[in-house]
Amino acid sequence: MSATTPIQPVDDAVMPRSRSRSLPVFDPLLALAALGLSACSYVTLNGLGGTGPALAQRQALYDGGGLLLALLISRFDYTRLREFKYGLFGMMVLLNLVVYAMPAVANAHRWIPLPLFSFQSSEFGKILIVVALAAFAVDRSRRLHEWRTTARIMLLAILPALIVIPQPDLGTAMVYVAVGFSVLFFVGTPFKQIGAVIGIFAGAIVIVLVVAPAVGVHVLHGYQLDRLTAFLNPSSCSNLQPGAPNPCYQVQQSVIAIGSGQKTGLGVHAYQTRLGFLPVDYTDFVFASIGETYGFVGAGVVLSLYALLIWRTLRIVAMSKNLFGTLIGAGVVAMLMFQIFVNVGVTIGIMPVTGVPLPLVSYGGSSVVVTFIAIGLLESIYIQARMAQAGKGRALIN
Amino acid sequence: MSVPPEERRPPLSPQLALRVAIAGSFALGMFAIIFFRLWFLQILSGNQYVQAAAVNRLKDVPIAAPRGEILDRSGRVLVDSVRESAVVISPESLPVPVSLAALNTIEQPPRADNVLYDRLARVLGMHTRPVRCHLYVAGVNTFRLSPIACLVGQQVSLAPVQDVTVASGPQQVPTAVEFYLAERQAQFPGVSIRHVYTTNYPYGTLAAQVLGTVGQISAGELGSSPYKGIPQGSIVGQSGLEAQYNSFLQGRDGYQQVLVNAFGQPVSSISTQAPAPGENLRTSLDAALQRVGQNALAYSMSVNPSPFNPSPGGAFVAMDPVNGQVYAMGSGPSFNPGDFTHPMTQAYYDAHYRNASSDYPLLNRAIQSAGPTGSTFKPITATAALQSGVWAPNQLFDDTGLYCVGVGISQQCRHNAGHAVYGVIDLRAAIKFSSDDFFYNLGVRLNPNHPSRHPNGGALQLWARRYGIGRPTGIDLPGEVSGTLPTPLWREQRNLLEYQCDTATGPFKYSNPSGTQSGPRRLPGWHRSPKHPPGGCGIADGTNRPWSVGDSENLAVGQGDVQVTPLQLADVFSAVANGHDVPTPHIGLDVQSANGTVLQTINQPAGHPITVNPFYMDEIRQGLREAASWPGGTSASVFSSFPEQVYGKTGTAQYFNAQHVQTDYAWYACFVPPTATTKPIVIVVWVEDGGYGAIAAAPVARQMLSQWFFGRPGPYSGPWR
Repeated sequence: MSATTPIQPVDDAVMPRSRSRSLPVFDPLLALAALGLSACSYVTLNGLGGTGPALAQRQALYDGGGLLLALLISRFDYTRLREFKYGLFGMMVLLNLVVYAMPAVANAHRWIPLPLFSFQSSEFGKILIVVALAAFAVDRSRRLHEWRTTARIMLLAILPALIVIPQPDLGTAMVYVAVGFSVLFFVGTPFKQIGAVIGIFAGAIVIVLVVAPAVGVHVLHGYQLDRLTAFLNPSSCSNLQPGAPNPCYQVQQSVIAIGSGQKTGLGVHAYQTRLGFLPVDYTDFVFASIGETYGFVGAGVVLSLYALLIWRTLRIVAMSKNLFGTLIGAGVVAMLMFQIFVNVGVTIGIMPVTGVPLPLVSYGGSSVVVTFIAIGLLESIYIQARMAQAGKGRALIN
Repeated sequence: MSVPPEERRPPLSPQLALRVAIAGSFALGMFAIIFFRLWFLQILSGNQYVQAAAVNRLKDVPIAAPRGEILDRSGRVLVDSVRESAVVISPESLPVPVSLAALNTIEQPPRADNVLYDRLARVLGMHTRPVRCHLYVAGVNTFRLSPIACLVGQQVSLAPVQDVTVASGPQQVPTAVEFYLAERQAQFPGVSIRHVYTTNYPYGTLAAQVLGTVGQISAGELGSSPYKGIPQGSIVGQSGLEAQYNSFLQGRDGYQQVLVNAFGQPVSSISTQAPAPGENLRTSLDAALQRVGQNALAYSMSVNPSPFNPSPGGAFVAMDPVNGQVYAMGSGPSFNPGDFTHPMTQAYYDAHYRNASSDYPLLNRAIQSAGPTGSTFKPITATAALQSGVWAPNQLFDDTGLYCVGVGISQQCRHNAGHAVYGVIDLRAAIKFSSDDFFYNLGVRLNPNHPSRHPNGGALQLWARRYGIGRPTGIDLPGEVSGTLPTPLWREQRNLLEYQCDTATGPFKYSNPSGTQSGPRRLPGWHRSPKHPPGGCGIADGTNRPWSVGDSENLAVGQGDVQVTPLQLADVFSAVANGHDVPTPHIGLDVQSANGTVLQTINQPAGHPITVNPFYMDEIRQGLREAASWPGGTSASVFSSFPEQVYGKTGTAQYFNAQHVQTDYAWYACFVPPTATTKPIVIVVWVEDGGYGAIAAAPVARQMLSQWFFGRPGPYSGPWR
């Protein structure tokens, strides 16, 4: 097989078709992981103290709404979305541009205020870009050997990322790029080109972090740069310029919180969380709160659920009935993995501070609903694959 | 195990399988890293982080303990503690925490802190304009800071972990301000209202130097013997009785361990250790006598007719001549110790306490300033002459107004003060009229024949030593000086020092850049000392001059090199008054609890017995009695009308003052002995640059005696009025 051959999941005609009537309507393990994480989120937020219980109730509402959306989406054939790729991509760009016209909240243009909740465009952009890039990649899947294909798909990811960065939302921008990279990876782009993309990223990081500041161009905000350099050089936090804000403070407090949780956690005596030493303990540092309150055991449960989630997603990637499904799954798995590993990595001090939510666990309507939409899509891919297996050509009953 | 068919993986294209496997391996690797990191943080290093979290959230908030009170002999409160509300800033809880390192590198406080300082200043009605501010940091130490920023900087540079009191007391922190700040804690991070005890002085400047000041424990005091175990930032006695009896007076601060949130605001209390208030000290001081003495001394210093009006200093001591209890001790100029209980600007401190123009009010001149006593030394000379047999009580001396020793060109003659001629007099009359010639004569007779064989001098030095000259009296106050009793050995030592200084050798080999210090070793920045012409250092009067008979003549009349503190002179006259004992003066009587129960009686130290033939002592006392009040006596103009039997001696010492001008130091020493009254008392008064003792010093003593015996000072009886 040539390296440029598009990956084409084989519709298996050889599968036995017995027991087709008792086919599950969705992947139960994927659903279990999603619901389990939602439950962890509720328990964690409820135990934060202060406004925690109120957040937990709203989060439960978002979970319910997201779950309904997921159930609905899972009943549709995702394949139809290919037709709307230009509309989806355009909507994503538009939504991300509209926020700049909205009033700033805490110096950030990220939200569109709606009656019930604030709509975070960049979050919804995640799922839109996954579907749009998957569709574009499918269209180009016969010309994968061309560098233009690779460049075009990466540019389609980088363009919205550049729109999102000044909101400012560096984390989401990096998610977009990760989604683009993952789609490229799973569509079957030759490893040579994958390697070249990685090389270009490495070069870009060097330019942004080293060269650009040296010539006076500041791509990143000062605090973003500080966090990155603080991560790369932790000793810079122990001998700070007097009076300068400590760029390591958040991570130091987070690591103290997680470490002090020990085996089984401190429960109501999780003072790092409850007395406000832990910053944004309901979103970016919610994992530290879990680690302090429920210890190694609690953190292990949450991580196991994420492992389950990723395993099932990769399995759906592998079993999809068509390339479009594979690539949607690829985009979703990139989105989930990036957010999980970066968010958890930040809280345990092995990643530079980047504001990305922990899927389904961090408080936030947009993030929760988008993740459930993604899971609905995955279930749709799963169901369609099963249907294809069970009876090739049989019409989908809906 | 059989797998349901729908769970079987469909066959994959190998390429997709490979890429899914790569992604799965990557995920697996990441999860493994995260798990091992969590294992390390939570299981292996958990305890360390539990402690770090505790440091974060637990804070000890001190609960101030009041200092004990200082009472006078009848229980009047001289010093007490008042509870006040204070606005304090915790430097480590400011929006941008302030540390010592920060002070060393930045000239202006961080903006966020400055905004807070200005907001607080407006609430407290303080200025926000920058003023000159000295910080105790290396390098550049003068900044232009707003007053609050200056206070924070100064405190942090002294004691980095200590909270800074910005304002205290009802004037600076009215109740309304207290409530305003308490209700808006979120707007004032790092600012809190604390209840503190401030030392209070109901009588203002009364006995300021004796009571002493309080202040924050300094880096040098921390851990040193009298202050062992006292934590940094504590308020301790810095001088006087406050320092001497600090272990009783200082309470033990309590503390409350509280849970604080990330903004440093207390959330709840964990445990409380109640403060233990300090114990009260009852002293032998008599507040009324002290007040009269201080007023009279200040008056005398302000009106004395010398060219150095007002007099730069003065002192008085009143004590019981039998047991050494000090009734009053004052030093002029005085000051208000309350200055030291509130933040003071550098300029204020310099102007009022440090510069020469302030006349150094912190100095307790009664024990820390020694000078020649003039004729008040004569009872010592008389004792030495009578006891050693060089003169007999009734032996007569022809005072021609001129007394000469030697013959020919080496003949040196001296005359009485005012060129007086007293004719044929005995010892009693010599004391009465204060005949210098008579005592020059005794000095010559008491001078050892071969001074070099008597390094410690002759009978005159022996008896001076027995009376306590040249050694500290042992009073229960810190910083007492011992004064000087000149002897042949002492003169040799002075000559040696003069020689070493002139030739820049020994302890004078190297000196610091400003020339104020010298030593045998070259310290960093020091240089070789300059040489001086012989005698140029002024340590000895002349070059290698040996002990001469003139030294004895000087000593016999209390002139020249002899240096005596007012308290030492009071001890001498106490011994004359009681006839057998040089008492050890003391002030502390007992330690009481807050409700007045005596917890501990302070040991009254024994005196130094002195054995003098009672007949001789009577002679001397009679001379003093006649000198004080009898017609022709040196202070008769002051005491002739005084109803009690006063025994007294004037003294007028020639001295080169700080401006190197010869002036007269006025002394008066007197007593009413136990044989004449049930409440014997000895009083010594000293006025620098005061002129004649009878004019500047004796009237002060009279007012004090009047207060002591009759409860009122009476009119000031200076002869010039």
